[in-house]
Amino acid sequence: MTVNGTAHDHDVEPRTLLVQYLREACGLTGTKVGCDTSSCGACTVLVDGESVKSCTMFAAQADGASVTTIEGLADGDRWHPVQQAFHEHHGLQCGYCTAGMVMAAVSLLDEVPEPTERDVRLGLEGNLCRCTGYHNIVKAVLAAAETMRAAR
Amino acid sequence: MSILGTRVLRAEDARLLTTGGTFIDGLALPDALHVAFVRSPVAHARIESVDTTAARSRPGVVAVLTAGDVDLPPEPRSHRRVPDAMERPRIARDVVRFVGEVVAVVVAGSRAQAADAAEAVVVEYDPLPAVVDPEAARRDEVLLFPDAGTNVAFSMPSRAGDDFFAGCEVVVEQRIVNQRVAPCPLEVRAAAARWDGRRLTQWACTQNPHGTRAGLAAALGLDTGAVRVVTPDVGGGFGAKHGTYPEEVIVAWLARRLARPVRWVETRGESMCALGHGRAQVQVARLGGTRDGRLLAYRLEVLQDVGAYPSGATLLPYMTRMMASGVYDIPAVDVDVVDVVTNTTPVEAYRGAGRPEATAALERVVDRFAAEIGLDPAEVRRRNLVAPDRFPFTTPTKATYDSGAYEAALDRVLEAAGYPRLRAEQAARRDRGDTRQLGIGLSMYVEITNPGGEPEYGSVEVRADGTAVARTGTSAHGQGHDTAFAMIVSAATGIPFEAIEVRHGDTDDVPRGHGTGGSRSLQAGGSAISGAVDLLIERARERAAELLEANPGDVVIDPGRGVFHVAGTPALARSWAELARPGPLAAEYDFEPPGATFPFGAHLAVVEVDTETGRVELVRHVACDDAGTVLNPLLFDGQVHGGIAQGAAQALFEEFVYDADGNPRTANLADYAFPSAAELPSFERVPMETPTPLNPLGAKGVGEAGTIGATPAVHNAVVDALAHLGVRHVDMPCTPEHVWLALRSAAPPPARAGE
Repeated sequence: MTVNGTAHDHDVEPRTLLVQYLREACGLTGTKVGCDTSSCGACTVLVDGESVKSCTMFAAQADGASVTTIEGLADGDRWHPVQQAFHEHHGLQCGYCTAGMVMAAVSLLDEVPEPTERDVRLGLEGNLCRCTGYHNIVKAVLAAAETMRAAR
Repeated sequence: MSILGTRVLRAEDARLLTTGGTFIDGLALPDALHVAFVRSPVAHARIESVDTTAARSRPGVVAVLTAGDVDLPPEPRSHRRVPDAMERPRIARDVVRFVGEVVAVVVAGSRAQAADAAEAVVVEYDPLPAVVDPEAARRDEVLLFPDAGTNVAFSMPSRAGDDFFAGCEVVVEQRIVNQRVAPCPLEVRAAAARWDGRRLTQWACTQNPHGTRAGLAAALGLDTGAVRVVTPDVGGGFGAKHGTYPEEVIVAWLARRLARPVRWVETRGESMCALGHGRAQVQVARLGGTRDGRLLAYRLEVLQDVGAYPSGATLLPYMTRMMASGVYDIPAVDVDVVDVVTNTTPVEAYRGAGRPEATAALERVVDRFAAEIGLDPAEVRRRNLVAPDRFPFTTPTKATYDSGAYEAALDRVLEAAGYPRLRAEQAARRDRGDTRQLGIGLSMYVEITNPGGEPEYGSVEVRADGTAVARTGTSAHGQGHDTAFAMIVSAATGIPFEAIEVRHGDTDDVPRGHGTGGSRSLQAGGSAISGAVDLLIERARERAAELLEANPGDVVIDPGRGVFHVAGTPALARSWAELARPGPLAAEYDFEPPGATFPFGAHLAVVEVDTETGRVELVRHVACDDAGTVLNPLLFDGQVHGGIAQGAAQALFEEFVYDADGNPRTANLADYAFPSAAELPSFERVPMETPTPLNPLGAKGVGEAGTIGATPAVHNAVVDALAHLGVRHVDMPCTPEHVWLALRSAAPPPARAGE
């Protein structure tokens, strides 16, 4: 599979989850594991442009796919507007949910480019954060939507 | 203009947003073995046998060990009055006392091999009756520790006489369950350890690296100098990662015994049962006063469920007792405390640690008192607040509040919320029998931060290139110390914020510290950094005087430019780089707090309750939290937001549930009601700053305040929505089921005259 633009080729055990593959075989530890029930969304990545909880997919299922993780989101030194907005609006504290939250937000804004607050809250329902109370995450995603709209 | 008090964006964000940071499970330790624990699936049983034969023969297995193989002492007792018989072995020896207790440990070449082998360990249990309910445990019919002869681990008896409520025209009473919750940091526990033949290096997922160093050294019989604890990024703690857990000690022991690096990360399922739980008090609150709303006597009985072993929770009721009377001037206050063990996960500190329980009880019963005398709950509160001219104010439970302006906080919250309009809207909905009733809940709180009054270490060093490094004994795990402490250094020295590196969490790099907990970091750690900066500037001034051939007393710092010059001749100046070039330029300082500080505030929650389904929606939450001088409003607001969410979640959603046999029913994030963004509104924060005189920054702690204020505000709002239907109380969490049951059992109030 291609991860962040780089080709990766490994033999894996059938039970290897995509998140384990990314972290252990590719060494991309930005994607996190926060639960064992696909509840928390800390492992969210983009598979062929769509957000996927990478604990719900076997590595083998992503064979041939193009995967983007938090490490591959910025364009060189230029951050993605969602990254920038999380920084400017203090949308992260401990940072553990952040990679998944950012990837889920990127996907959400791709599907719903001009969301309301309610859209953002419902759209991020599958991603849990214990630190921020979501207040600043929601603010950041709305701000990113605005930046991206202005750039279009 | 100084950067203090401004919204400086976080220095921590860049790496977390681009690489995801460095948490223990992401550390590169190529030759490390993996550890997995075999845990009890039953709440109370005798261990008949542990057969490790099959596990030992599984691929990649290096060791399978049980209690008899591991020569570790039991955990230190949490208080000298806790019975010896209640000691906790690091690995269960003869009896297991909660689901999740460690029974055996497996070490293997990979994580999968360790997990597979752990499943192959065969343990035979002879079940014992379990006791889960603390009120049942108190009856001592089922004993966890027969040698102790009781389930009572600790108590602080009441001192009240029979005439305690004499003179009260009205006395209300409410039994309140402050339910058991799971802290749920997003990062579960993890550890890694390496023994080099002489010294242990432990990577710890902790709030308190120096405390972990001491805990590991004591358990392993090492000098603290032979232990280095390194704390990389930590994914939240909320109090539950403050102590040292048996698993961490076992990981350290294994590294030494096997002379190989070892690493461990738990699953969420394990974490839900083995990371400490929070709260878990059953309270009976009685409040007496006059018909015109003057509070005279308050008595609180606390039954603290400490879980299977008396650990961190033993002393939580100390804080509940100390903070019992909150923001009110109540002449007689009495608290009775009993701690009991139950066949459940041990309870530890959780965001607020004993203070939320005090506030939840008091604020609930103040509302009941207001309802009883027919006075507005805001008015009852107002009539009993400690007045602003009475600080420092010592309460009957011997807390000395440093500073406060309680009525101002109440006024601001009522104003910001539009209280009269909300009451009018509520009345309109009641009149038309709307199925979505409006509830308005108030709470006021005062809490204690840096309650232990521990000192803190700080140092600052300027490098020859003019950049600086500051070291602190606190240990951030989301709070933003890198940002906050760099602001303090930058404001005083003029060294650019970006040129200041803040280091923490490595006990070889930072000589001492007390970590992050009890909302202590800015007031203690920040004040230590501030003290170190003052000393540094003194030293730099002397050096500048030499270079400028001037009297040190004539040399001044210009923090705007980050230079020193002789007063009146600013053109001839020396920069930090020039001053640092001749040799090390550094200072360290230990801040000794003269006392704890007492943040306070008022919260107002607005809920809509569906009277047909019992569903509650939190629609607004207005909070005025005053924690003294604010260093960085961005960080401050973030702490409050997170606190409100956790507090509201306890009021509405979360409860760690066991069945009668002690089987956990909420041991994962699918069953445990951890709220998402969809269940919460945005919050409305009302700023207010009343500095404390107890430290140079004027700052109190804000880490726990939001949680403390939020729970009773939201809880009271739910009851308020249903008050006209005869509901006087709803047990937390106010789930549709609890609300619906409360509605069903409520007696409709008698119609008032004129209605």
